[in-house]
Amino acid sequence: MPALPLDDAGPYVAGAYLVFLALILIYVAIMASKLVRIERELVELSDLVEGRRAAAADEERDAERSEAVPR
Amino acid sequence: MAGSAPTADAQDATDAPPRPARAGVGFMSAVSALVRKDLRLELRTRESVPAMFLFSLSTFVLFRFGLDRETLEGDLASGVLWVTLLFAAVLGMNRLFVAEREEGGFDAFLLAPVDRTSLFVAKAAVLFGFLVAVEIAAIPVFSVLLLGPSPLQAFPGLLAILLLADIGIAVIGTLVGALAIQTRARDLIVPLISLPLILPVVIAAGHATAPLFAEAGAEALPARWLGVLGLYDLVFGLLALAVFDFLVED
Amino acid sequence: MFGRGLRTLSIASVVLVTGAFALVFLYAPNDADQGFVQKIFYLHVPLAIVALGGFVAGGVFAIQYLRTGDRGYDLRSYVAIHLSLILGLGVLATGSIWAKASWGAWWVWDEPTLVSFLIVFLLFACYQPLRFSIDDPERQARYAAVFAIIGGAFVPLNFLAVRLASSLIHPRVLGTTGGSMPGEMRLTFLVSLVAMVCLFVTLWKYELASKHASMRLRRLKRALAGDDAAGPLARTSAPTQI
Repeated sequence: MPALPLDDAGPYVAGAYLVFLALILIYVAIMASKLVRIERELVELSDLVEGRRAAAADEERDAERSEAVPR
Repeated sequence: MAGSAPTADAQDATDAPPRPARAGVGFMSAVSALVRKDLRLELRTRESVPAMFLFSLSTFVLFRFGLDRETLEGDLASGVLWVTLLFAAVLGMNRLFVAEREEGGFDAFLLAPVDRTSLFVAKAAVLFGFLVAVEIAAIPVFSVLLLGPSPLQAFPGLLAILLLADIGIAVIGTLVGALAIQTRARDLIVPLISLPLILPVVIAAGHATAPLFAEAGAEALPARWLGVLGLYDLVFGLLALAVFDFLVED
Repeated sequence: MFGRGLRTLSIASVVLVTGAFALVFLYAPNDADQGFVQKIFYLHVPLAIVALGGFVAGGVFAIQYLRTGDRGYDLRSYVAIHLSLILGLGVLATGSIWAKASWGAWWVWDEPTLVSFLIVFLLFACYQPLRFSIDDPERQARYAAVFAIIGGAFVPLNFLAVRLASSLIHPRVLGTTGGSMPGEMRLTFLVSLVAMVCLFVTLWKYELASKHASMRLRRLKRALAGDDAAGPLARTSAPTQI
């Protein structure tokens, strides 16, 4: 005779496997929050780089214009 | 305080190539000098051993009322004795390297032309000595206050268990003390790390002592547990000799 | 690069874990003594073996760190122990559920493997507090390595002591090595074990790649925007550079 019939054992087995599933999902959630942080910093950095490049381009154009005016 | 701030030089020193073998002072004379220094310090300040003994005494009284028993025997007696000795040992571990850190003893030691392992051997010997001193005082008190059966029959067996267990506690205590001394939360880290690490010693020593305190008189000493204690001492002793250098590198 | 092979590993984990669970519920027969409850065995025991293996692996990486001084090994050791701690929670929870189902109590001190696991778990739970309370990163890595080596050696010794303490009174309910299992159960167990190892390695590489990415990102920020923009590093128990 088994220690517990299927009806009684089912919830325990399901519980154990759910614990495992929950653990993996919590882990994924924690890693997701880290991914969000990486994304945010990456956006900040790329904005910074693009801003710099735009500013440099503006300066160049201004310089060309100021050379052009006296002529 | 020279020892309290991690200096920039310390960083550089760890990156430098390993220093050549020091032949200046013999290993044993370095150990004995360090042991003598610590014993003299303890004799002058009386910081560790009296505190450990008083703590054991209060714990015995606590157990008397906590368990509400006037005499103990068998595994209960053995458990009370070992838990008390273990907590007393944790007090000793906490204090073991305090003088080195606060008075700059680490710097002085690192400047001396001696093998760093000698510090480990010396400190483990000192902690072992402290434990023996505490036990010499605490076990008679325990047998008067709490122990039901006569301890005389149990004495030779108990001596062997105490010897092996004290070696294990001293080895682990020295490692943990050195590990924790440079951390911010030393007094928390020492018990947190040392208690699980010493659990096998308590399991083995407790099981070995229980039959010695049996109500009907001391039974035979279970040799199996002495084997476990010996194996524990051997493994952690060798391991500690191998890794201790890394704890005093700065 | 820590992320190399991560995609293959992830796919292998999905296939193996799904396959293992399918074998557990569709193929393996019900245990003669324990009945359906014994299905927890295929989850609990591989999880425990993998978690303990992770602790020991943390010790091995720590040895390599002390030998080479390469911070990458410190990171590997840290992530292995960190992940094993998380899986350890699962081991204790599933073990507790199993104990309740087969012995009627949420915790059984007779079960030496479960008790030893609790002790090892308690010891390694101090790993992060220890790291956290050391400021200097180089010293943090070195001390954590010493701790991980001691802990790695502690795992087998502790199992020996706890096993000896209870083996005389209580016979083992179920051999963890599967020595006496019938063929189908043994196959299921082995597949579950391989699946769990694969999952562990996948998650381990996943976290390594993530940690490495944030370290590199920080370096890039410092290079592009200067040291001030990167800001001071928050105090952490994790390695911050390799």
